[in-house]
Amino acid sequence: MSVVTLKINDQDVSARDDATVLQAAREAGIHIPVLCYLEGLSAVGACRLCLVEVAGVNRLLPACTTRVQEGMMVQTNTPRLQNYRRHIVELLFAERNHVCAVCVANGNCELQALAIEVGMDHVRYDYMFPALGVDLTHERFGLDHNRCILCTRCVRACDEIEGAHTLDVLGRGAKARIVTDLNMPWGESPTCTSCGKCAMACPTGAIFKQGSTVAEMVHHPEKLAFLKVARERREWRV
Amino acid sequence: MNFEELTQLAERERAAQHAMPFQIHVCAGTGCHAAGSEMVAKALEGEVARSTLKGKVLVKCVGCRGLCASGPIVEVEQQQPNAEPASVLYAHVRPEDAPEVVRSIGGEPVERLFLDTNQPFFTRQLKIVLEDCGKIDPERIEDYIARGGYRALFKVLDEMTPSEVIDEITHSGLRGRGGAGFPTGLKWATVAKANPQRYPTYVPPGVQSQKFVICNGDEGDPGAFMDRSVMEGDPHRVLEGMIIAGYAVGANQGYIYVRAEYPLAVKRLRTAIRQAQRVGLLGNNIAGTAFSFNIDIRLGAGAFVCGEETALIASIEGGRGLPRPRPPYPAEYGLWGCPTLINNVETLANIAPIINRGAAWFASIGTAKSKGTKVFALTGQVKNTGLIEVPMGITLREIVFDIGGGIPNGRKFKAVQTGGPSGGCIPEQYLDTPVDYESLTALGSIMGSGGLIVMDDSTDMVEVARFFMEFCMEESCGKCIPCRAGTAQIHHILTKFQTGRATMRDLRLLEELCDVVKHASLCGLGQSAPNPVLSTLRYFRHEYEAKLRSDGYAYGHANGAAEEALSHVQ
Ligand SMILES: Cc1cc2nc3c(=O)[nH]c(=O)nc-3n(C[C@H](O)[C@H](O)[C@H](O)COP(=O)(O)O)c2cc1C
Ligand code: SF4
Ligand code: FES
Repeated sequence: MSVVTLKINDQDVSARDDATVLQAAREAGIHIPVLCYLEGLSAVGACRLCLVEVAGVNRLLPACTTRVQEGMMVQTNTPRLQNYRRHIVELLFAERNHVCAVCVANGNCELQALAIEVGMDHVRYDYMFPALGVDLTHERFGLDHNRCILCTRCVRACDEIEGAHTLDVLGRGAKARIVTDLNMPWGESPTCTSCGKCAMACPTGAIFKQGSTVAEMVHHPEKLAFLKVARERREWRV
Repeated sequence: MNFEELTQLAERERAAQHAMPFQIHVCAGTGCHAAGSEMVAKALEGEVARSTLKGKVLVKCVGCRGLCASGPIVEVEQQQPNAEPASVLYAHVRPEDAPEVVRSIGGEPVERLFLDTNQPFFTRQLKIVLEDCGKIDPERIEDYIARGGYRALFKVLDEMTPSEVIDEITHSGLRGRGGAGFPTGLKWATVAKANPQRYPTYVPPGVQSQKFVICNGDEGDPGAFMDRSVMEGDPHRVLEGMIIAGYAVGANQGYIYVRAEYPLAVKRLRTAIRQAQRVGLLGNNIAGTAFSFNIDIRLGAGAFVCGEETALIASIEGGRGLPRPRPPYPAEYGLWGCPTLINNVETLANIAPIINRGAAWFASIGTAKSKGTKVFALTGQVKNTGLIEVPMGITLREIVFDIGGGIPNGRKFKAVQTGGPSGGCIPEQYLDTPVDYESLTALGSIMGSGGLIVMDDSTDMVEVARFFMEFCMEESCGKCIPCRAGTAQIHHILTKFQTGRATMRDLRLLEELCDVVKHASLCGLGQSAPNPVLSTLRYFRHEYEAKLRSDGYAYGHANGAAEEALSHVQ
């Protein structure tokens, strides 16, 4: 391991050479918006909110998967990036049925927080209003496809932290859906351990604890990173 | 097999072919096959067996001849001492015509079916990739060897070091034919140099951790059949290119990724691999050297995005065909985390000719930055539809009007779309542009893998854009938001134009959204999906404006938009 220095928003930053731009920025206290990234899970570069401009590269690069390099010059908050971020958040709001007023995650939602952050005062796109279902067959958790943004954080938490791989994605494009096992009702899933890590990971109100009422559903995404680190350090022995 | 044995086999095969004074080649390519060429071949075989020419005429099924619209195509060849065989081409041959064709052998050609090969469709083409396609029997390795096949492989193994091979490819100026036009020599050099230990690998049991070569035969563009024709018509050429690539980059295992919708290509490739293994051109210690190389076939389930290299690799690994961010590029971090060379079918089909005839010869064809030839599938409102191979730098006008024969039904030319579903539409005033990677990009289109769709003046350009956007929307993998939700919104806005509900606000939003999708998407699918919209907005903006609501009334969210959205999102 060695250390590299780079510039993020004209600020000098040093980082381990295997760190990503996102990690380096966070360590330096520079905020980059993310949605599909969650500490403790593998990075997939899917939501494109963390896109940054790197001098000398003619494409935008996702901060969550791009490794730092010596002498790199990164800009994380240009007007162009702000514009793209707002469009992306608007696209998400128009894609499914995100009605904050009647959502269990109201006030505890990363999508909602992002909308405020990017200054989304209204949505310019026509709402698609897809007819989507809610799976309430599991005794403790519910899956509301109307609120899902397909970030796959739940899928990765289930696979990488719990090791169950109950959740996965079915179909492609706008027709993609989170499914349990081979697209069976969640309550009938033979692999689900009811651990609730998916509910910790979900940024919106899509996966929730049953019985939560509006604005009650608090997520604990930090617990996943905590688990991972503790396991790596072997903080518990069984 | 050593070089001597190869030469002997070639001689034997040539002698056997010369013993037959006549050959009938029946095209068994996609178009001709659909037009019933199999029945024609059967009828011709039966007719020959009954005639006095029995034993003197060889009937063989060959790959695509290019002029698919005139199929089934039949060629009658007569051997001549010390010269290329004399040949006559027939078009639209039906099984009933067999007696007449066989009777005419050695005499006057059948006037009624005669196809003039002196027309620009044939004379303006230059065949390198397709030089043997339509000449050889794709199911016999002997036929390929008789025409000089696998000589390049021996040259490479006997006389050249891997780095000399890479230099030769670099000097030829060959660029990837899969779409992006990345310099092939540079890619090979990167894989050859890549350190297999740099990234953690996760090879499955039974597979050795090493470098890999992948041939991309996914060809998901609707209406494209360039790679298919090569794989079906001349499979050994692809194998030879892959083996040479394996030698150059230091790989011992190759995979051909073919879509399952190409059963004939799969069958021919399987046969070719078996034949090459039998004579020792594939497998351990090829031609007695220390170099070993194997090739396996992997079938794709027909998703467009699986042609994208990282999605293709995920698919070979057994996962969902989802692209991942690059870098790291497959050259460093590819199949199961190992350095991987991935090249298109047509790129690999150019390798053997470059080795045989030299980099300088190849570099003498084409333009300053784009060398060699390109195969195009010419379709749409043009007289001669089919498969063509032309030198780089030929103008679009020559392709559409000389080779293509112009627009049928007395209509006028309007635009030509290059590059498949995510290419741009190029109007009349740019028809004299030379076809190369840079010129097409400058016009807002792409070379792509080689689809060419000609449109006449009855075409509604907004509808064209909507049609292609529908394709991209349906083929989006759904992983990244700009592509998944963005293509659906672009399609929705274009549908508003087509139903008279669009306002100036939609037009502005459309332009902004195209910019977002183009620059924020994860992979090439999303990054190029807006091209048809952007190029039609650039050249045919008036057609969009003519469709705007005249009263300027901004159409709200609630009225009817919901039902329509439901109908295509569910
Ligand atoms: C959506 C998408 C579809 C693609 N489809 C194909 C394909 O069908 N065949 C192909 O050879 N390359 C395809 N490509 C390009 C490949 O990603 C890759 O660049 C190519 O196989 C590299 O080979 P080359 O260097 O020989 O061109 C596609 C790319 C994208 C983004
Ligand atoms: S259910 Fe939640 S965590 Fe899972 S993909 Fe949807 S939004 Fe992401
Ligand atoms: S956080 Fe990087 S792409 Fe989603």
